[in-house]
Amino acid sequence: MYASRWYDRATMWWTFFQISINERLVYRLDFVIGTLMRFLPTMTQIFLWWAIFDSISTPGSADSVAGPDGEIAGFSFGDMIAYYLLVIISRAFSSMPGLTTGIANQVRNGEVKKFLIQPVDMLGCLLVQRIAHKLVYYLIASLPFALVFWMAGSFFVNGWPPADVTFVFVVSLLLSFLLGFYLEACIGLISFWFLEVTSLTFIYMLLTFLLSGHMFPLELLPARPIDLRGFVEFLPFQYLAYFPAAVFLGKVQGPGMWNGLATEVIWVLTFMLLSRVLWKRGIKRYSGFGG
Amino acid sequence: MLKAHDAKQIPQKSTGLPHEAGIAEQVMRKPSYLNVFLTFAKNSMIRDMSFRMNFILQCISSLSWAAMNYGLFKIIYQFSDSIGRRTGWGESEFFIFLGTIWIINSLIQTFFMANATEFSEMIRTGNLDFALLKPIDTQFLISFPRVNWAQLANAFLGLAVIIFYENELLHDPDKQMNFTIWSVPAFIFFVLCGTVVMYSVMITLAATSIWMGRNQNLHNFWFYITNFYRYPMEIYERGIGWALWGTFTFVIPILVVSNVPARVLAQPMGGHWGIWDWTLASISVVAAAGSLVASRWVFRMALKSYRSASS
Repeated sequence: MYASRWYDRATMWWTFFQISINERLVYRLDFVIGTLMRFLPTMTQIFLWWAIFDSISTPGSADSVAGPDGEIAGFSFGDMIAYYLLVIISRAFSSMPGLTTGIANQVRNGEVKKFLIQPVDMLGCLLVQRIAHKLVYYLIASLPFALVFWMAGSFFVNGWPPADVTFVFVVSLLLSFLLGFYLEACIGLISFWFLEVTSLTFIYMLLTFLLSGHMFPLELLPARPIDLRGFVEFLPFQYLAYFPAAVFLGKVQGPGMWNGLATEVIWVLTFMLLSRVLWKRGIKRYSGFGG
Repeated sequence: MLKAHDAKQIPQKSTGLPHEAGIAEQVMRKPSYLNVFLTFAKNSMIRDMSFRMNFILQCISSLSWAAMNYGLFKIIYQFSDSIGRRTGWGESEFFIFLGTIWIINSLIQTFFMANATEFSEMIRTGNLDFALLKPIDTQFLISFPRVNWAQLANAFLGLAVIIFYENELLHDPDKQMNFTIWSVPAFIFFVLCGTVVMYSVMITLAATSIWMGRNQNLHNFWFYITNFYRYPMEIYERGIGWALWGTFTFVIPILVVSNVPARVLAQPMGGHWGIWDWTLASISVVAAAGSLVASRWVFRMALKSYRSASS
């Protein structure tokens, strides 16, 4: 009896998983084009930083094989480009397009009712859906990713990092997926209180772009007059993009690296718990109209 | 729409046949595009003002996006005094460039972005049928119905930034500026040319949804394309960058869109325009006219392949 219930549970989640995968494969062309286009901004980034490093390096070095020799906040030209490429990987794990607005829409148009009457957990369902979407994404995107990284190999001046660093890198990426999911889920669940969260979502997106290190390495943030660099250390956003990349490039090392990982785990647990609390409280407030 | 409204008012004043003939005449008459556009603009304004909080938040968020970009380059100019060696894009020049980008982007987002997205959606849902039935040019009708007034905030910010840094440049004894009475009209003219090019690119992209079924990437593609025109074209002048430089100057001339107006005011290499500047300026004018014609052609071709989506 008990065993079969677990079996039913598993089949249910498996079905959800399969539906989500198929859902993603419907508009394949759209999807492949989208993946390839993701690297276009990186090309502009390369040329922009190339020009910037050119003006601070020894004349002529920018067009030599070794590249410009200047440094900005401890980043060489190679580091800078490698950073932007690694951040794309981080964001491939942590970004959750449409999650917030999806939840908000379900709350607003009453679709959320189905989770109140069916024995299915909304957050669990969304999580399975996201895992499926991400898996399909990696499956299709791995080829262009491999190609781009192979072509950009020379920017990774220090090569592949040692085993422990690689381990922390991979774990921090997996955690960044969970952090991204629960963080955005929390924002989506706020719609139980405020029906319109579009503006909130946009502000969150802006903050993430800046504070996660997606826009530029956090080392560039000024320490004076306000210590912005120190400030972002206390926020969860840096784990969505900056942290895995910085670990890979050796910008965060030794105890700092392990502390960072531990802090990331704490943030994941915090938002996991918070999303549960928001859900429990939210459905108590919720009133559905119509059929 | 105005016409229909006017027609309803008439019966109070006169009765009988003459008035009915009047209606027929009015229906037959060509629509006034300006009046229709003004009605669209007014309705959008009314709509924006009924969600005032949302309007303010939208303004704030697009302004903060611009502020973040400004911050990034403020940081970069702490480390370096120019973008590229001997390109002339110092801090003041570059921020004039940035201001120009904000103005063009904001014009596009105010007048066309939401409409292009809506057009894609109309194709998918089959609602385009209703647009096709109306006695007015379809491209006009789908290009202008929604004016997103909140996005205009960035244009004002761009203007303020340009005025501030232009003033800096004009008072800098080291710079030889050639700022005349023609600089401002020339700037406005080239900004408008640029906007026309970007509009054409966007409507062409949106029209491709007719063939692709769904074009979710419209927003993304827009973001990626604008990525290339956000910086001075000099940064691409090395290695494989030349390929990008050539493509985006001559084939899809989006580099021209931003660089020509910015060069009119910022004059990175000093006041006097060389042959190259005049070449770029003429490309900009030709591109504006050419892309408009091309987009119109693509639009019509796409409409021919349109088969509604209703059941």
